[in-house]
Amino acid sequence: MTAKVVTITSGKGGVGKTTAVANIAVALASRGQKVVCIDGDIGLRNLDVVMGLENRIVYDLVDVVEGRCRLRQAMIHDKRLPELYLIPAAQTRDKSAVSPSDMVRLCDELRPDCDWIVIDSPAGIERGFRNAIAPADKVLVMTNPEVSAVRDADRVVGLLDAEEKGPASLIINRINPAMVKRGDMLSVEDVLDLLAIELIGIVPEDENVLVASNRGTPLALDGKSRAGLAFQNIARRLLGETVPFLDFEAPNLLQRLFTGRK
Amino acid sequence: MSATSALIQIKGLRDGLLVTLGDAPWAELQDLLIRHIDEQPAFFQGARLVLDVGTHALRVAELSSLRDLLSERGLALWAVLSESPLTEQTAQNLGLATRLSKPRPAEPPPAELPPENMALWVRQTIRSGMRIEFPGPVVVFGDVNPGGEVIAGGSVIVWGRLRGVVHAGAAGDEQAVVCALELAPTQLRIAGEIAVSPQKKSDSGPEVACLKEGRLVAEPWQ
Repeated sequence: MTAKVVTITSGKGGVGKTTAVANIAVALASRGQKVVCIDGDIGLRNLDVVMGLENRIVYDLVDVVEGRCRLRQAMIHDKRLPELYLIPAAQTRDKSAVSPSDMVRLCDELRPDCDWIVIDSPAGIERGFRNAIAPADKVLVMTNPEVSAVRDADRVVGLLDAEEKGPASLIINRINPAMVKRGDMLSVEDVLDLLAIELIGIVPEDENVLVASNRGTPLALDGKSRAGLAFQNIARRLLGETVPFLDFEAPNLLQRLFTGRK
Repeated sequence: MSATSALIQIKGLRDGLLVTLGDAPWAELQDLLIRHIDEQPAFFQGARLVLDVGTHALRVAELSSLRDLLSERGLALWAVLSESPLTEQTAQNLGLATRLSKPRPAEPPPAELPPENMALWVRQTIRSGMRIEFPGPVVVFGDVNPGGEVIAGGSVIVWGRLRGVVHAGAAGDEQAVVCALELAPTQLRIAGEIAVSPQKKSDSGPEVACLKEGRLVAEPWQ
Protein backbone atom coordinates (compact mmCIF):
# COMPACT_ATOMS: atom_id res chain seq x y z
CA MET A 1 0.00 0.00 0.00
CA THR A 2 1.10 3.50 -0.72
CA ALA A 3 -1.29 6.02 0.65
CA LYS A 4 -2.48 9.00 -1.30
CA VAL A 5 -2.45 12.17 0.78
CA VAL A 6 -5.49 14.40 0.29
CA THR A 7 -5.72 17.80 1.97
CA ILE A 8 -8.95 19.76 2.24
CA THR A 9 -8.51 23.50 2.53
CA SER A 10 -10.51 26.65 1.82
CA GLY A 11 -8.94 29.93 2.87
CA LYS A 12 -12.12 31.08 4.54
CA GLY A 13 -13.27 29.52 7.79
CA GLY A 14 -16.62 27.89 8.40
CA VAL A 15 -17.23 26.53 4.92
CA GLY A 16 -17.31 22.92 6.11
CA LYS A 17 -13.76 21.56 5.80
CA THR A 18 -13.85 19.52 8.99
CA THR A 19 -17.24 17.99 8.21
CA ALA A 20 -16.02 17.15 4.73
CA VAL A 21 -12.85 15.48 6.03
CA ALA A 22 -14.85 13.37 8.49
CA ASN A 23 -17.40 12.35 5.88
CA ILE A 24 -14.98 11.66 3.05
CA ALA A 25 -12.80 9.60 5.39
CA VAL A 26 -15.82 7.62 6.58
CA ALA A 27 -17.00 7.11 2.99
CA LEU A 28 -13.57 5.88 1.89
CA ALA A 29 -13.26 3.59 4.91
CA SER A 30 -16.73 2.14 4.32
CA ARG A 31 -15.49 1.11 0.88
CA GLY A 32 -12.86 -1.08 2.47
CA GLN A 33 -10.02 1.46 2.35
CA LYS A 34 -7.61 1.96 5.22
CA VAL A 35 -7.87 5.65 6.07
CA VAL A 36 -6.01 7.90 8.49
CA CYS A 37 -7.33 11.43 9.09
CA ILE A 38 -5.08 14.10 10.49
CA ASP A 39 -6.43 17.23 12.15
CA GLY A 40 -4.08 20.02 11.06
CA ASP A 41 -5.86 22.69 13.05
CA ILE A 42 -3.53 22.78 16.04
CA GLY A 43 -4.93 24.91 18.84
CA LEU A 44 -8.49 24.77 17.50
CA ARG A 45 -9.09 21.09 17.10
CA ASN A 46 -12.53 19.99 15.90
CA LEU A 47 -12.22 16.88 13.82
CA ASP A 48 -12.27 14.62 16.89
CA VAL A 49 -15.58 16.18 17.98
CA VAL A 50 -17.21 15.83 14.57
CA MET A 51 -16.07 12.21 14.41
CA GLY A 52 -17.21 11.54 17.97
CA LEU A 53 -13.76 10.47 19.17
CA GLU A 54 -13.00 13.34 21.54
CA ASN A 55 -13.11 11.23 24.71
CA ARG A 56 -10.52 8.79 23.41
CA ILE A 57 -7.63 11.19 22.84
CA VAL A 58 -4.46 10.35 24.75
CA TYR A 59 -1.69 11.52 22.43
CA ASP A 60 -1.87 14.01 19.59
CA LEU A 61 -0.04 15.24 16.51
CA VAL A 62 2.34 17.45 18.49
CA ASP A 63 3.23 14.56 20.81
CA VAL A 64 4.24 12.54 17.74
CA VAL A 65 6.25 15.37 16.23
CA GLU A 66 8.03 16.11 19.48
CA GLY A 67 8.73 12.44 20.12
CA ARG A 68 6.63 11.91 23.25
CA CYS A 69 4.88 8.94 21.68
CA ARG A 70 5.06 6.65 18.70
CA LEU A 71 2.88 7.35 15.67
CA ARG A 72 0.72 4.25 16.36
CA GLN A 73 -0.09 5.47 19.86
CA ALA A 74 -1.60 8.70 18.56
CA MET A 75 -3.82 6.91 16.03
CA ILE A 76 -7.34 6.56 17.43
CA HIS A 77 -9.27 3.70 15.87
CA ASP A 78 -12.85 4.57 14.94
CA LYS A 79 -14.55 1.32 15.87
CA ARG A 80 -17.58 1.90 13.69
CA LEU A 81 -15.44 0.99 10.70
CA PRO A 82 -12.72 -1.64 10.39
CA GLU A 83 -9.92 0.64 9.19
CA LEU A 84 -10.52 4.28 10.07
CA TYR A 85 -8.07 6.18 12.26
CA LEU A 86 -7.71 9.74 13.51
CA ILE A 87 -4.59 11.58 14.56
CA PRO A 88 -5.99 14.51 16.56
CA ALA A 89 -4.46 17.97 16.82
CA ALA A 90 -3.14 19.37 20.09
CA GLN A 91 -5.46 21.82 21.73
CA THR A 92 -2.95 23.48 24.02
CA ARG A 93 -0.38 24.51 21.40
CA ASP A 94 -0.38 26.55 18.22
CA LYS A 95 0.49 26.08 14.56
CA SER A 96 4.18 26.78 15.08
CA ALA A 97 4.54 23.54 17.05
CA VAL A 98 4.64 21.67 13.73
CA SER A 99 6.54 22.50 10.54
CA PRO A 100 5.83 21.55 6.92
CA SER A 101 8.75 19.13 6.93
CA ASP A 102 7.40 17.44 10.10
CA MET A 103 4.14 16.83 8.24
CA VAL A 104 5.96 15.40 5.23
CA ARG A 105 7.98 13.07 7.50
CA LEU A 106 4.89 11.94 9.37
CA CYS A 107 2.94 11.19 6.20
CA ASP A 108 5.92 9.36 4.70
CA GLU A 109 5.95 7.14 7.77
CA LEU A 110 2.22 6.44 7.40
CA ARG A 111 2.17 5.94 3.64
CA PRO A 112 3.25 2.29 3.47
CA ASP A 113 0.49 1.06 5.83
CA CYS A 114 -2.63 2.76 4.56
CA ASP A 115 -4.58 3.70 1.44
CA TRP A 116 -5.57 7.27 2.21
CA ILE A 117 -4.39 10.06 4.47
CA VAL A 118 -6.95 12.84 4.70
CA ILE A 119 -5.74 16.11 6.23
CA ASP A 120 -8.00 18.80 7.64
CA SER A 121 -6.39 22.18 7.00
CA PRO A 122 -7.07 25.17 9.23
CA ALA A 123 -8.58 28.30 7.71
CA GLY A 124 -6.17 30.96 6.52
CA ILE A 125 -3.07 30.92 4.36
CA GLU A 126 -0.37 30.97 7.00
CA ARG A 127 1.72 28.33 8.73
CA GLY A 128 -1.14 25.93 9.47
CA PHE A 129 -2.19 25.98 5.82
CA ARG A 130 1.38 25.38 4.68
CA ASN A 131 1.72 22.49 7.13
CA ALA A 132 -1.44 20.91 5.79
CA ILE A 133 -0.58 21.14 2.10
CA ALA A 134 3.13 20.25 2.37
CA PRO A 135 2.62 16.45 2.19
CA ALA A 136 -0.44 16.55 -0.12
CA ASP A 137 -0.64 14.60 -3.37
CA LYS A 138 -4.01 16.12 -4.07
CA VAL A 139 -5.61 19.24 -2.65
CA LEU A 140 -9.37 19.71 -2.50
CA VAL A 141 -10.40 23.34 -2.22
CA MET A 142 -13.73 23.82 -0.54
CA THR A 143 -16.01 26.82 -0.92
CA ASN A 144 -19.57 27.89 -0.26
CA PRO A 145 -21.62 29.56 -3.00
CA GLU A 146 -20.85 32.90 -1.41
CA VAL A 147 -18.80 35.72 -2.92
CA SER A 148 -16.37 36.07 -0.01
CA ALA A 149 -15.71 32.33 0.24
CA VAL A 150 -15.13 32.08 -3.50
CA ARG A 151 -12.72 35.03 -3.33
CA ASP A 152 -10.67 33.24 -0.67
CA ALA A 153 -10.83 29.96 -2.58
CA ASP A 154 -9.45 31.79 -5.61
CA ARG A 155 -6.53 33.08 -3.54
CA VAL A 156 -5.84 29.58 -2.24
CA VAL A 157 -5.94 28.10 -5.75
CA GLY A 158 -3.37 30.72 -6.79
CA LEU A 159 -1.13 29.89 -3.81
CA LEU A 160 -1.39 26.16 -4.55
CA ASP A 161 -0.31 26.81 -8.14
CA ALA A 162 2.61 28.84 -6.86
CA GLU A 163 3.63 26.05 -4.47
CA GLU A 164 3.31 23.58 -7.36
CA LYS A 165 0.57 21.70 -5.49
CA GLY A 166 -1.96 22.22 -8.25
CA PRO A 167 -4.16 21.54 -10.05
CA ALA A 168 -6.60 21.55 -7.15
CA SER A 169 -10.10 20.10 -7.30
CA LEU A 170 -13.19 21.91 -6.06
CA ILE A 171 -15.94 20.99 -3.61
CA ILE A 172 -18.89 23.37 -3.48
CA ASN A 173 -20.63 22.98 -0.15
CA ARG A 174 -24.05 24.10 1.08
CA ILE A 175 -25.72 24.67 -2.26
CA ASN A 176 -29.37 25.56 -1.77
CA PRO A 177 -31.13 24.70 -5.06
CA ALA A 178 -34.20 26.77 -4.27
CA MET A 179 -32.10 29.90 -3.63
CA VAL A 180 -30.05 29.31 -6.78
CA LYS A 181 -33.27 29.00 -8.76
CA ARG A 182 -34.50 32.33 -7.39
CA GLY A 183 -31.17 33.91 -8.35
CA ASP A 184 -30.32 34.65 -4.72
CA MET A 185 -27.30 32.36 -4.55
CA LEU A 186 -24.28 31.82 -6.77
CA SER A 187 -24.81 28.74 -8.91
CA VAL A 188 -22.32 25.95 -9.42
CA GLU A 189 -21.64 27.41 -12.86
CA ASP A 190 -20.94 30.89 -11.43
CA VAL A 191 -18.35 29.47 -9.04
CA LEU A 192 -16.73 27.24 -11.64
CA ASP A 193 -16.66 30.08 -14.11
CA LEU A 194 -14.47 32.10 -11.76
CA LEU A 195 -12.24 29.42 -10.26
CA ALA A 196 -11.81 27.38 -13.44
CA ILE A 197 -10.65 24.18 -11.74
CA GLU A 198 -11.96 20.62 -11.83
CA LEU A 199 -15.15 19.98 -9.84
CA ILE A 200 -15.10 16.91 -7.60
CA GLY A 201 -18.21 17.42 -5.49
CA ILE A 202 -21.37 19.43 -4.94
CA VAL A 203 -22.88 19.10 -1.47
CA PRO A 204 -26.39 20.44 -0.88
CA GLU A 205 -27.36 22.37 2.22
CA ASP A 206 -28.77 19.84 4.67
CA GLU A 207 -29.87 20.26 8.28
CA ASN A 208 -28.80 16.71 9.02
CA VAL A 209 -25.15 17.77 8.65
CA LEU A 210 -25.31 19.96 11.73
CA VAL A 211 -27.19 17.36 13.72
CA ALA A 212 -24.71 14.65 12.76
CA SER A 213 -21.71 16.86 13.58
CA ASN A 214 -23.10 17.64 17.01
CA ARG A 215 -23.69 13.96 17.68
CA GLY A 216 -20.30 12.93 16.39
CA THR A 217 -21.68 10.51 13.83
CA PRO A 218 -20.66 11.58 10.31
CA LEU A 219 -23.57 11.49 7.86
CA ALA A 220 -21.75 9.34 5.36
CA LEU A 221 -22.03 6.48 7.87
CA ASP A 222 -25.61 5.79 6.83
CA GLY A 223 -25.67 7.66 3.51
CA LYS A 224 -29.42 8.19 3.43
CA SER A 225 -29.33 11.97 3.44
CA ARG A 226 -28.48 13.90 0.30
CA ALA A 227 -25.39 15.50 1.82
CA GLY A 228 -24.22 12.07 2.96
CA LEU A 229 -24.73 10.75 -0.55
CA ALA A 230 -22.78 13.71 -1.98
CA PHE A 231 -19.82 12.89 0.29
CA GLN A 232 -20.03 9.22 -0.70
CA ASN A 233 -19.83 10.34 -4.32
CA ILE A 234 -16.73 12.45 -3.65
CA ALA A 235 -15.06 9.38 -2.15
CA ARG A 236 -16.01 7.31 -5.20
CA ARG A 237 -14.56 9.97 -7.50
CA LEU A 238 -11.33 9.94 -5.47
CA LEU A 239 -11.23 6.19 -6.04
CA GLY A 240 -11.37 6.81 -9.76
CA GLU A 241 -15.02 6.06 -10.45
CA THR A 242 -17.04 8.27 -12.78
CA VAL A 243 -20.11 9.31 -10.83
CA PRO A 244 -22.65 11.79 -12.20
CA PHE A 245 -23.33 14.82 -10.01
CA LEU A 246 -26.55 14.71 -7.97
CA ASP A 247 -29.59 16.28 -9.54
CA PHE A 248 -30.99 18.51 -6.82
CA GLU A 249 -33.96 19.49 -8.92
CA ALA A 250 -35.45 16.03 -8.57
CA PRO A 251 -37.85 15.90 -5.62
CA ASN A 252 -36.74 13.68 -2.77
CA LEU A 253 -38.80 10.87 -1.37
CA LEU A 254 -40.56 13.01 1.21
CA GLN A 255 -41.62 15.61 -1.34
CA ARG A 256 -42.83 12.89 -3.66
CA LEU A 257 -44.94 11.38 -0.92
CA PHE A 258 -46.49 14.72 -0.10
CA THR A 259 -47.26 15.71 -3.66
CA GLY A 260 -48.55 12.20 -4.29
CA ARG A 261 -51.08 12.64 -1.53
CA LYS A 262 -52.44 15.91 -2.81
CA MET B 1 29.06 39.75 13.02
CA SER B 2 32.67 39.19 12.13
CA ALA B 3 33.07 35.55 11.11
CA THR B 4 30.98 35.50 7.98
CA SER B 5 32.46 33.34 5.31
CA ALA B 6 33.17 34.66 1.86
CA LEU B 7 30.05 32.97 0.54
CA ILE B 8 27.64 34.44 3.04
CA GLN B 9 27.65 38.04 4.08
CA ILE B 10 25.29 39.39 6.64
CA LYS B 11 24.48 43.01 7.15
CA GLY B 12 22.01 44.73 9.41
CA LEU B 13 19.29 46.76 7.74
CA ARG B 14 16.70 49.13 9.11
CA ASP B 15 14.05 46.42 9.07
CA GLY B 16 15.93 43.13 9.19
CA LEU B 17 19.07 41.35 8.10
CA LEU B 18 20.41 41.37 4.56
CA VAL B 19 22.04 38.08 3.66
CA THR B 20 24.09 38.15 0.48
CA LEU B 21 24.91 34.77 -0.97
CA GLY B 22 27.97 34.27 -3.13
CA ASP B 23 28.70 32.06 -6.07
CA ALA B 24 28.42 28.35 -5.21
CA PRO B 25 25.97 25.55 -5.85
CA TRP B 26 22.61 26.34 -4.28
CA ALA B 27 22.45 23.25 -2.05
CA GLU B 28 25.84 24.12 -0.62
CA LEU B 29 24.84 27.71 0.06
CA GLN B 30 21.63 26.63 1.74
CA ASP B 31 23.49 24.15 3.98
CA LEU B 32 26.07 26.76 4.85
CA LEU B 33 23.44 29.34 5.72
CA ILE B 34 21.43 26.95 7.88
CA ARG B 35 24.58 25.77 9.67
CA HIS B 36 25.55 29.39 10.22
CA ILE B 37 22.15 30.11 11.76
CA ASP B 38 22.25 27.00 13.94
CA GLU B 39 25.60 28.11 15.33
CA GLN B 40 24.19 31.38 16.59
CA PRO B 41 20.51 30.79 17.25
CA ALA B 42 20.31 33.66 19.69
CA PHE B 43 21.54 36.20 17.15
CA PHE B 44 19.11 35.08 14.47
CA GLN B 45 16.07 34.35 16.61
CA GLY B 46 13.03 36.26 15.34
CA ALA B 47 14.97 38.06 12.60
CA ARG B 48 13.42 39.23 9.35
CA LEU B 49 15.60 38.12 6.49
CA VAL B 50 16.25 39.64 3.10
CA LEU B 51 18.08 37.27 0.85
CA ASP B 52 20.20 38.53 -2.03
CA VAL B 53 20.75 35.49 -4.21
CA GLY B 54 22.56 37.23 -7.06
CA THR B 55 22.16 35.34 -10.31
CA HIS B 56 20.91 32.05 -8.88
CA ALA B 57 17.81 30.91 -10.78
CA LEU B 58 15.56 29.39 -8.12
CA ARG B 59 12.42 27.39 -8.53
CA VAL B 60 9.48 27.28 -6.17
CA ALA B 61 10.55 24.03 -4.50
CA GLU B 62 13.99 25.44 -3.63
CA LEU B 63 12.80 28.76 -2.33
CA SER B 64 9.86 27.35 -0.37
CA SER B 65 11.99 24.67 1.28
CA LEU B 66 14.50 27.30 2.38
CA ARG B 67 11.65 29.45 3.66
CA ASP B 68 10.35 26.49 5.68
CA LEU B 69 13.81 25.69 7.05
CA LEU B 70 14.14 29.30 8.14
CA SER B 71 10.71 29.46 9.68
CA GLU B 72 11.45 26.31 11.69
CA ARG B 73 14.31 28.27 13.19
CA GLY B 74 12.13 31.24 13.99
CA LEU B 75 13.34 33.40 11.10
CA ALA B 76 10.98 35.07 8.68
CA LEU B 77 12.01 35.34 5.05
CA TRP B 78 10.26 38.40 3.69
CA ALA B 79 12.19 39.43 0.61
CA VAL B 80 14.39 37.90 -2.05
CA LEU B 81 16.55 40.08 -4.23
CA SER B 82 17.80 38.60 -7.46
CA GLU B 83 19.07 39.39 -10.91
CA SER B 84 17.35 36.31 -12.27
CA PRO B 85 13.84 36.92 -13.65
CA LEU B 86 12.90 33.31 -12.79
CA THR B 87 13.82 33.82 -9.16
CA GLU B 88 11.94 37.10 -9.02
CA GLN B 89 8.86 35.43 -10.46
CA THR B 90 9.18 32.56 -8.00
CA ALA B 91 9.52 34.93 -5.07
CA GLN B 92 6.49 36.91 -6.19
CA ASN B 93 4.47 33.71 -6.53
CA LEU B 94 5.36 32.83 -2.97
CA GLY B 95 4.29 36.26 -1.81
CA LEU B 96 7.79 37.49 -0.99
CA ALA B 97 8.92 41.01 -1.71
CA THR B 98 11.50 41.40 -4.44
CA ARG B 99 12.55 44.91 -3.66
CA LEU B 100 13.49 46.64 -0.47
CA SER B 101 10.87 49.16 0.41
CA LYS B 102 12.16 52.67 0.59
CA PRO B 103 10.18 55.51 2.04
CA ARG B 104 8.39 56.68 -1.06
CA PRO B 105 9.32 60.23 -2.06
CA ALA B 106 6.51 61.09 -4.50
CA GLU B 107 7.16 58.16 -6.83
CA PRO B 108 10.12 58.98 -9.04
CA PRO B 109 9.62 57.57 -12.54
CA PRO B 110 11.55 54.34 -13.13
CA ALA B 111 15.07 55.10 -14.34
CA GLU B 112 14.83 53.34 -17.66
CA LEU B 113 11.38 52.88 -19.11
CA PRO B 114 11.28 50.08 -21.61
CA PRO B 115 10.47 51.10 -25.15
CA GLU B 116 6.76 51.32 -25.93
CA ASN B 117 6.66 47.90 -27.56
CA MET B 118 8.36 45.94 -24.75
CA ALA B 119 5.41 44.33 -23.02
CA LEU B 120 5.13 41.81 -20.21
CA TRP B 121 3.46 38.60 -21.32
CA VAL B 122 1.50 36.91 -18.54
CA ARG B 123 0.23 33.50 -19.52
CA GLN B 124 -1.92 32.72 -16.50
CA THR B 125 -5.04 33.80 -14.71
CA ILE B 126 -4.38 36.50 -12.14
CA ARG B 127 -6.16 35.18 -9.09
CA SER B 128 -7.17 36.96 -5.91
CA GLY B 129 -4.11 38.17 -4.02
CA MET B 130 -1.78 38.21 -7.04
CA ARG B 131 -0.31 41.48 -8.20
CA ILE B 132 1.52 42.11 -11.45
CA GLU B 133 3.57 45.29 -11.68
CA PHE B 134 5.44 46.33 -14.79
CA PRO B 135 6.73 49.66 -16.06
CA GLY B 136 5.54 48.96 -19.63
CA PRO B 137 2.43 47.47 -21.23
CA VAL B 138 1.05 44.17 -19.92
CA VAL B 139 -0.73 41.43 -21.85
CA VAL B 140 -2.63 38.89 -19.78
CA PHE B 141 -3.55 35.67 -21.51
CA GLY B 142 -6.16 34.52 -18.98
CA ASP B 143 -8.61 36.18 -16.61
CA VAL B 144 -8.00 38.83 -13.98
CA ASN B 145 -10.18 37.64 -11.09
CA PRO B 146 -11.66 39.84 -8.36
CA GLY B 147 -8.93 40.57 -5.83
CA GLY B 148 -6.19 40.36 -8.49
CA GLU B 149 -4.28 43.49 -9.56
CA VAL B 150 -2.39 44.56 -12.65
CA ILE B 151 -0.39 47.79 -12.40
CA ALA B 152 1.17 48.77 -15.71
CA GLY B 153 3.13 51.78 -16.91
CA GLY B 154 1.54 51.32 -20.34
CA SER B 155 -1.66 49.80 -21.68
CA VAL B 156 -3.20 46.56 -20.44
CA ILE B 157 -4.74 43.93 -22.66
CA VAL B 158 -6.65 41.08 -21.06
CA TRP B 159 -7.45 38.18 -23.33
CA GLY B 160 -10.09 36.92 -20.94
CA ARG B 161 -12.42 38.35 -18.33
CA LEU B 162 -11.28 41.39 -16.42
CA ARG B 163 -12.97 41.46 -13.00
CA GLY B 164 -10.14 42.61 -10.74
CA VAL B 165 -8.32 45.94 -10.51
CA VAL B 166 -6.27 47.32 -13.39
CA HIS B 167 -4.22 50.49 -13.38
CA ALA B 168 -2.94 51.41 -16.83
CA GLY B 169 -0.56 54.32 -17.37
CA ALA B 170 0.35 54.10 -13.70
CA ALA B 171 3.20 56.59 -14.15
CA GLY B 172 0.84 59.15 -15.66
CA ASP B 173 0.48 58.08 -19.29
CA GLU B 174 -2.97 59.33 -20.29
CA GLN B 175 -2.79 57.64 -23.69
CA ALA B 176 -2.85 54.19 -22.08
CA VAL B 177 -5.87 52.00 -22.77
CA VAL B 178 -7.35 48.89 -21.18
CA CYS B 179 -8.96 46.23 -23.35
CA ALA B 180 -10.61 43.01 -22.30
CA LEU B 181 -12.84 40.37 -23.82
CA GLU B 182 -15.18 41.05 -20.93
CA LEU B 183 -14.61 44.36 -19.20
CA ALA B 184 -16.14 44.18 -15.73
CA PRO B 185 -13.39 45.35 -13.39
CA THR B 186 -13.85 45.95 -9.68
CA GLN B 187 -12.09 49.21 -10.33
CA LEU B 188 -10.33 50.67 -13.34
CA ARG B 189 -7.65 53.33 -13.29
CA ILE B 190 -5.95 55.08 -16.16
CA ALA B 191 -3.23 57.57 -15.19
CA GLY B 192 -4.86 59.58 -12.39
CA GLU B 193 -8.51 58.75 -13.14
CA ILE B 194 -10.48 56.10 -11.30
CA ALA B 195 -13.73 54.48 -12.37
CA VAL B 196 -15.94 51.72 -11.05
CA SER B 197 -17.78 49.46 -13.49
CA PRO B 198 -21.45 50.23 -13.77
CA GLN B 199 -23.69 47.25 -13.04
CA LYS B 200 -24.37 45.82 -16.44
CA LYS B 201 -25.23 42.55 -17.97
CA SER B 202 -22.38 40.49 -19.26
CA ASP B 203 -22.09 39.46 -22.90
CA SER B 204 -21.40 43.02 -23.93
CA GLY B 205 -18.44 41.73 -25.95
CA PRO B 206 -14.87 42.99 -26.01
CA GLU B 207 -14.43 46.58 -24.87
CA VAL B 208 -11.75 49.23 -24.75
CA ALA B 209 -11.47 51.75 -21.95
CA CYS B 210 -9.55 54.98 -22.40
CA LEU B 211 -9.43 58.57 -21.24
CA LYS B 212 -11.50 61.04 -23.23
CA GLU B 213 -11.38 64.69 -22.14
CA GLY B 214 -10.21 63.63 -18.74
CA ARG B 215 -12.95 61.05 -18.20
CA LEU B 216 -12.76 57.28 -18.28
CA VAL B 217 -14.99 55.78 -20.93
CA ALA B 218 -15.51 52.24 -22.16
CA GLU B 219 -16.52 51.51 -25.72
CA PRO B 220 -17.27 48.29 -27.59
CA TRP B 221 -14.29 47.11 -29.56
CA GLN B 222 -14.59 46.80 -33.29
